[in-house]
Amino acid sequence: MNDAVNESVSDAVNETLTETAPPAAPAHAMPSALKLGLSRGMVETKMFFREKDAVVFTFAFPIILLMLFGSIFAGSLEGTGVTVSQLYTAGLIGAGVMGAGFQNLGIGIAGDRDDGTLKRLAGTPMPRSAYFIGKIINVLVIAFLEVAILLAIGVLMYDLDLPGQVSSWVTFAWVFVLGVTAAALLGTAASSLPRSAKSAAAVISMPFVVLQFISGVFIPFTQMPEWLINVASVFPLKWMCQGFRAVFLGDDGATLELTKSYELDRVALVLAAWVIGGLVLCLTTFRWKGRRDG
Amino acid sequence: MTNAIEVRGLTKRYGDVQAVRGIDLDIRRGEVFAILGPNGAGKSTTVEILEGYRKRDAGEVSVLGVDPGRPTREWRSRIGIVLQTANDAAELSVRETVRHFAGYYPNPRDPDEVIAAVGLSESANKRIRQLSGGQRRRVDVALGVLGNPELIFLDEPTTGFDPEARRQFWELIAGLAHTGSTIVLTTHYLDEAEALADRVAVIAGGLIVAEGEPATLGGRATAKALVSWDEGSVETDTPTKTVLELSRRYDGEVPGLSVARPTLEDVYLKLIEAPGE
Repeated sequence: MNDAVNESVSDAVNETLTETAPPAAPAHAMPSALKLGLSRGMVETKMFFREKDAVVFTFAFPIILLMLFGSIFAGSLEGTGVTVSQLYTAGLIGAGVMGAGFQNLGIGIAGDRDDGTLKRLAGTPMPRSAYFIGKIINVLVIAFLEVAILLAIGVLMYDLDLPGQVSSWVTFAWVFVLGVTAAALLGTAASSLPRSAKSAAAVISMPFVVLQFISGVFIPFTQMPEWLINVASVFPLKWMCQGFRAVFLGDDGATLELTKSYELDRVALVLAAWVIGGLVLCLTTFRWKGRRDG
Repeated sequence: MTNAIEVRGLTKRYGDVQAVRGIDLDIRRGEVFAILGPNGAGKSTTVEILEGYRKRDAGEVSVLGVDPGRPTREWRSRIGIVLQTANDAAELSVRETVRHFAGYYPNPRDPDEVIAAVGLSESANKRIRQLSGGQRRRVDVALGVLGNPELIFLDEPTTGFDPEARRQFWELIAGLAHTGSTIVLTTHYLDEAEALADRVAVIAGGLIVAEGEPATLGGRATAKALVSWDEGSVETDTPTKTVLELSRRYDGEVPGLSVARPTLEDVYLKLIEAPGE
């Protein structure tokens, strides 16, 4: 066995010395960033759904909560015709979109940095933009499926009416796009905070859970102190949920809002501001290396 | 151009620590070159600068004619990097991973052929999570050679292997050398360098303290031989003469006789003991 190995090793060494022609330089064109981004999106999505922990953590969590809350709180809100479970459906759609972007990416990218994914990719000719295109596709797939399932539950189990007017769906589209973008950029920026993949789940999830409690997902604003509402108003989740309530609860639900209005212009403004702020944060803080890599 | 890598006066400092203190290095095209050195000697820093992962402080560096401080996609497609510790893509199968990475390169090898070449055909449909440590490293090698690279970096490729897995892995690397690619190998194992490398460099204290063929490194070939037997030992330039004398003294067989030249390990340990100040 040993002799055979040594022989083949020395063969190889001899061969190397006698062989002078290096491999031919590549004459082929580089694959495009968009094509590789799509390819990464498929791989990312495949990996996400194969990792059961992550699926439960970011994907199934809002669905489980909706079923739970919908079963516990059956009544309707006085003078509106809006049921509590309808309110939760709208709120959890906001939380689900934020989870797909912020939590999923924050933990996912921290993991990629820790397990060598980023280092490996940085050593290949893959354009770096392809990595981010892949993550965006991953987030959009999760967010879209999440919203579809939450809506199906809302419609089938809790008498949620899907809006009939085109204008409501237009509102839905821009709230979804701005919300998912802001959440994904913030998640990407937040991925640099945890020291390792192990601590990522805690570091990323903790602020997200707190944010859900103060942003009107679980507890109506009417039951919260003003200073807490002011804190929540700084962050995007409150505005995402408000936008989704505008879509799914309609004019009847507007009376439940603090200002008796959905304030869609402010929703757009705050979310757009977070998109820009998140982009600046990503561009200035993103690291392709883990802390251990120096 | 005959050299795959040319380095002149390379330095790198981290805070107060001068990790690399002026390294000159030429690695020829088509050779297997091993870089040896203790942890913290500047070995990894040097290689990571060559791989385009790290910026240098000063010095001239050319890798395949390109400054690795400004890596381009075209340049990246001509080098292959086999990482030391990666646990990525755990949920993909071997074949899915190799096929996906093949898409990054303008002129990749056939994914299934590469999987076969690293001996993973039977595990091609297994998730990477389910592979043994040795099999994982084979995936790393597959990804490193997938793009048909002119130059391959192998960073401590057999750390943590059992002896049999190491032997098998050496065969794999020796096979790579057949293809004419230049191979730069860092390792802790001297037998590995001796088995695989055409030339070796020893880095200690941020400097290259010796460079040459494994058989002659650090004056190894011309060093005194150590003749030892049950009742004593002697260092000598003429071991044959000593053995004959001993044989005469014992009237035939010398009890417990051995004659040894310094191993690569002996030379290496002496070299890193006193890094060039």
